[in-house]
Amino acid sequence: MNLEKVIFGFFILLAATLNFGFFIGDLDNPTHHEIYELFAAIVVSLIATVLKLGDRTQIGAVHLSTSLVADLQLLAAAMVWGYAAHISPHGVTPEMIARVVSLSGGALFANVVSVVILIAETIMQRR
Amino acid sequence: MTPLLRHQSIILLILRRLRAPLILLICILSLSVLGLTLAPGVGADGEPHHLSFFHAFYFISYTATTIGFGEIPYAFSDQQRLWVTVCIYLSVVGWAYTVGTVFALLADRNLQAAIRTQRFLAAVRRLREPFYLVCGYGETGRLLCGALDQLGFRVVVVEHDEVRVGEIELHSYHADVPAVSADARNPEILKFAGLTHPNCVGVIALTNDDSANLAIAIAARLLAPKIPTLCRAVSADVAANMASFGTRHIINPFEKFSEYLSLALHAPAAWHLLTWLTGLPGTTVERQRDPPVGEWIVCGHGRFGRMLIHAMDRESAVSITILDRDAPDELAHRWVQGDGTAAPALEKAGVRRAMGIVAATGNDVDNLSIAVTARELNPDLFVILRQNHFANRSLFDAFDSDVDVVPSRIIAHECLAILTTPLLAPFLDEIKCRDEADCAALFDRLTGRFGWQVPTVWSERIVPPRAPAVHQRLARGATLTLRQLMRSPSNRDDELACEVLYLQRDDGEPVVLPEPDTEIRPGDQLLLAGRRAGRRELELTLSNEHALTYVLTGRDLPGGWLWEKIAGGEAESTSR
Repeated sequence: MNLEKVIFGFFILLAATLNFGFFIGDLDNPTHHEIYELFAAIVVSLIATVLKLGDRTQIGAVHLSTSLVADLQLLAAAMVWGYAAHISPHGVTPEMIARVVSLSGGALFANVVSVVILIAETIMQRR
Repeated sequence: MTPLLRHQSIILLILRRLRAPLILLICILSLSVLGLTLAPGVGADGEPHHLSFFHAFYFISYTATTIGFGEIPYAFSDQQRLWVTVCIYLSVVGWAYTVGTVFALLADRNLQAAIRTQRFLAAVRRLREPFYLVCGYGETGRLLCGALDQLGFRVVVVEHDEVRVGEIELHSYHADVPAVSADARNPEILKFAGLTHPNCVGVIALTNDDSANLAIAIAARLLAPKIPTLCRAVSADVAANMASFGTRHIINPFEKFSEYLSLALHAPAAWHLLTWLTGLPGTTVERQRDPPVGEWIVCGHGRFGRMLIHAMDRESAVSITILDRDAPDELAHRWVQGDGTAAPALEKAGVRRAMGIVAATGNDVDNLSIAVTARELNPDLFVILRQNHFANRSLFDAFDSDVDVVPSRIIAHECLAILTTPLLAPFLDEIKCRDEADCAALFDRLTGRFGWQVPTVWSERIVPPRAPAVHQRLARGATLTLRQLMRSPSNRDDELACEVLYLQRDDGEPVVLPEPDTEIRPGDQLLLAGRRAGRRELELTLSNEHALTYVLTGRDLPGGWLWEKIAGGEAESTSR
């Protein structure tokens, strides 16, 4: 067992699960979507990205790109939330929540791809 | 030097090394933000108020980067201040660690080497002009690179010694000279340095190690068989080996000088002409004394001495005495055993009645000492001095010898002559067979016209890319003679400051020193010598229709279609 692999897998999976946890629930219901969970998802996703940096294989490159997509989507979601809470005159409305959640849904897809690649890589190595 | 593969860019390499500090930074910042949103605060109206993520992130961003805008949106509670104190120290540690890692990384020798290598590769790949690959940047390499640079060629250098590579950057070349510190014996390195690059027009192996030059020659022969390879070889075995697989130009400085000396003894005028034509560009040739025939003393029976004696033996009027510290190893010549630096040995060798002396040992100080002592004993002596190290040149300049043999300079001359003017070699071969008086007359005429400064020697070819205007005119059936063409395009009463030395026809015999009435035909190759301005003007005449018409007829062509129509109409109406 390789500790590095454990940490690597842990962060990728955690990024996906946190993202899923935030995404699940009614699309436009603010009570179903916890802001702290979005924050945690962003932080874990960023850490996962840094962990993937510098891998020289083709699969490593795809890994990195999925992570970058997830980061981008999640940061966009956070910005929309920030805009709704502080700048928009109407506050956090159901429409705004729907936007945030759908953006995080996109990130979830990227995270799922990342997990699939992780599994595929593990199976490929057969060790 | 092992260049990185294509997909391993330097940026990724750096990011890989920065993983730990980046993760630490993310952790510290996120922990600070999270803590700040959880810490209870008080709003403007006394109500409990928690900072939102947006405000917390904003606050931590400017605190962590030590900008510090104060407490927003409301004054903090003591709980919040407690947490912010922790955050400040945490973030300082995080930044210090990250910045420290970045600086350590930039100072890393391996990384710097990788960056330099990548830069070199990119520079070679980007070369869009013809360039020469020079292996070995010693004295010869420096001379040759300087001359090629002056002539407007690009150069790529592979040199083993890092210090010398650093020197290239300090040297003020007109164009950038990509250089790498690596072992040229490795064919991969040669490939990276552009051996297989489509714009590589020649490989020049000048390292002071014969076996390395051999390795370069064979790599060039196999990887780039079409481009010419010039190799320096001092030992005869290596030269024979190089020749065996078809290396076209093998340069042995001592053999070359022996040839010159033999020519100088037997045809001084041809020798003067040759030194004048093949000098390094931008230098001035001095009128030299002709080496006399008669008794000669050769001090030092090494590689150079042997070769020189072999060449001088061809002249029947020369008799040789060898002066060496070792016991005789040949019986064909008079041999005096002794130290040439001391007067008694020189006296014994007959310095007072000798005509010339060659100081040919491998030690510069000995050579100078021999020369000075010999001159004192016989002031009229013709002195040939061998200079082994470029660093001693001021000593050799100070002593007024008749000929300095500097191997690096001889090789550089030879390379330049081969590379820049391929027609020069056949011309010189012809000249060597010519009558002595003819050569002297030619030499006096040329130096009279162009001065003692080394002339520009170049080749022209009457083909569409080089000489479109002339070629077009010839294709239309016009006849042109050299006399008509060699006129200045600024004033056709003036002759061009250059002269045709040699004319090579596509079919038929080459013409040495063609008469002014010689006709020019398409495909002709010309060897010319003259001033730089003459070259520029001739190039203009060859390529520009207007300049050519003026040179031939004295008439200025009107530019543009409309004016040509009008002028053409007028000419027709007047001729009617």
